[in-house]
Amino acid sequence: MFNEMSVDDQIREPYRALVDWMEASGPEVLEQKRLEAETLFRKIGITFAVYGEGGDPERLIPFDLIPRIFTSQEWRKLDRGVKQRARALNAFLYDVYHNAEIIKAGIVPADLVFRNDAFEPAVIGIDPPRNVYSHIVGVDIVRTGPDDFYVLEDNCRTPSGVSYMLENREIMMRMFPDLFKSLRIEPVESYPDMLLKTLKSIAPRKCDRDPNIVVLTPGAMNSAYYEHSFLADQMGVELVEGQDLFVHEDRVFMRTTRGPAQVDVIYRRIDDAYIDPLCFRSDSVLGIPGLMNVYRSGGVAICSAPGAGVADDKAVYTYVPDMIRFYLGQEPILNNVPTWKCGKPNDLKYVLEHLGELVVKEVHGSGGYGMLVGPASTKEEQAAYAKRIEADPGDFIAQPTLSLSACPTFVESGVAPRHVDFRPFCLVGDDVRLTPGGLTRVAMREGSLVVNSSQGGGVKDTWIMSD
Amino acid sequence: MLSRTAENLFWLSRYVERAENMARLMEMGYRMALMPAVVDGNRSEWESVLSASGCAAGYDPDAPLRQEEVANFLIFNRDNHSSIINCFEYARANARAMRTAITAEMWEALNNALMELRRPSMHNLAKNELPEFIDWVKKQGALFRGATDSTILRNDGYDFIRLGTFIERADNTARLLDVKYYVLLPETSMVGDGVDNYQWTTVLRAASSLRAFHWVYRDDYSPHRIAHFLILNPFSPRSLAHCSEQITQHLERLARHYGQRHSVHRQAVEMYSLLTQSDMDEIFSGGLHEFLTDFQGRNRILSLAIADAYHFGGQ
Repeated sequence: MFNEMSVDDQIREPYRALVDWMEASGPEVLEQKRLEAETLFRKIGITFAVYGEGGDPERLIPFDLIPRIFTSQEWRKLDRGVKQRARALNAFLYDVYHNAEIIKAGIVPADLVFRNDAFEPAVIGIDPPRNVYSHIVGVDIVRTGPDDFYVLEDNCRTPSGVSYMLENREIMMRMFPDLFKSLRIEPVESYPDMLLKTLKSIAPRKCDRDPNIVVLTPGAMNSAYYEHSFLADQMGVELVEGQDLFVHEDRVFMRTTRGPAQVDVIYRRIDDAYIDPLCFRSDSVLGIPGLMNVYRSGGVAICSAPGAGVADDKAVYTYVPDMIRFYLGQEPILNNVPTWKCGKPNDLKYVLEHLGELVVKEVHGSGGYGMLVGPASTKEEQAAYAKRIEADPGDFIAQPTLSLSACPTFVESGVAPRHVDFRPFCLVGDDVRLTPGGLTRVAMREGSLVVNSSQGGGVKDTWIMSD
Repeated sequence: MLSRTAENLFWLSRYVERAENMARLMEMGYRMALMPAVVDGNRSEWESVLSASGCAAGYDPDAPLRQEEVANFLIFNRDNHSSIINCFEYARANARAMRTAITAEMWEALNNALMELRRPSMHNLAKNELPEFIDWVKKQGALFRGATDSTILRNDGYDFIRLGTFIERADNTARLLDVKYYVLLPETSMVGDGVDNYQWTTVLRAASSLRAFHWVYRDDYSPHRIAHFLILNPFSPRSLAHCSEQITQHLERLARHYGQRHSVHRQAVEMYSLLTQSDMDEIFSGGLHEFLTDFQGRNRILSLAIADAYHFGGQ
């Protein structure tokens, strides 16, 4: 297991100053800082709602004081790699809703795209402004060694967590002013400004003025509501709910105290299925009836575009390196986790011979259902699973079990290594923008690889050291 | 501004004001109950507090009308729409629905108040040390208004907040005065005697107006003067006249800001002139209780008219 802070008891270079500071401060000061941070989070009300679990409906995400640090060199690679992926994914999205060249070229199987639940026939042929479908791409990255980064998945719909990136930094700067003074850490505060620029740059065809932008939220009960309001606030735009918007003669309006006001760009944080009851789920009360008609006619821009989810499917993911080669003519800078596609005879053979070492997943499954975790399974389970694979090999992929890197983290027994992953947020509009930073998620339980906030995972600030 | 935001701001400030008024009503009940009984076996202070609060209908008819039960109902009962804890819950829910429209200081004032109120230790405070609890609630109101006053932009949002405050406060002052009506005075000879005067000064105390009153009228604590101070005196910050003046001013600001007038503007001016042109003799001869009931009705209509003019729900 790769430890981000130290290798063979040698402190890694980017962590040197932090470790010196921690040793000089002593455990009591650190414990006091930890309590202070928790009070701050509670006071500001940064919470994360988890449905149907009882308990506190506005619970705090565990925040860990020890930052995760990247050198500028490491960051440059991540920065280039993430931007490259975001470009390729958008080229792919445009392609599958137009001529489907990549399918005709025999690179991506047609079934994967057209039979995908997230494929949205309603947007076929639509040219969104600047041909961008996914404006905010959250790329989940894990690390297994000093130079080994792997992309775990791409989130092309509405990735969340960016408010934690910003608030974590805010709190760290309040807690550790000395460290920030002495170290050169890249600032992340420019994110809302970059987001606003991106949203402005995708104003719809019919918009002939400074676009009126809104953030569309399902409401205060949504788990990411804090983030929705935070971003609207930081950008200085209205935070609206479906009931605040309506369609009239090919344009979208919001209800204001002065009467209706036209809306040009909607940064929606509502799933595709709910945004327009006339087009998608008719029982949705969250959306705006008629929105899709206006979208199709170029009267409003929707960020992210409906149908963008087809690019972040588990099976489509395996083709992202091919997309990069096909659309950009480049070699991928960031690797995928090596993946065997059981539909290919050679891969199938390998997978069946190595079931005990691999993680096998159903292509269309989600949330860890229908998975075989090789090292944790019995011979009987493996045999039963092999039968399923053989019955329909095309439905399965397999990956090695990765040894995720770990970062020192405060836990009940003191400071101990815990597994982490990393999600930077890439913005795509007139330009491709990436804030130097992102969200580091940490599994709080020993040995656990689960970093999801809905399952007790915590967050850390991420420091990119500048040159 | 989004209509929903205006609605949330309006109701947010109404609920904070209402929570404070519930505390003030209890303060009156508590002080009046400290006096010797007017008539043996007929202690009606807590019943009158309930009636004036407007929540009497929800009170368990079999429950005793003692301080502990009534206070518990007015502070912690979740089924009582206007209980103090509900007022803070609704105010915070309104604030949460539009975090972007209020300042961090306002949010913190509300959030802290509710977090404290949800603590079990608060329950003990309310039970054993009602005056301390009442002071705490009043302090939360002051904190919220102070945070608002010193941090929020003076744009239309500010006007909606203030409209909510003064609509609610006008209603509340009318209710405070009405407690006096509900406290039964069985003999006409009792009117104007020591107990009666004590009860009237209690109204002043609950309105935090004892010293202010003294500055204006010196030591003439007659019912006539006290009612005048809380109804017609525009310098008294909780008087109907002052609230009404503030309401017209904020509606005027909105009209200027938006370049649009509505029927609510006329209605507000009518209410204000009713208060500037009345005199206390007239009000007393027509019946104070009747005057206050009529005023509350007008005030409610005005609230609906504001909502109507700015496209949001009023009730």
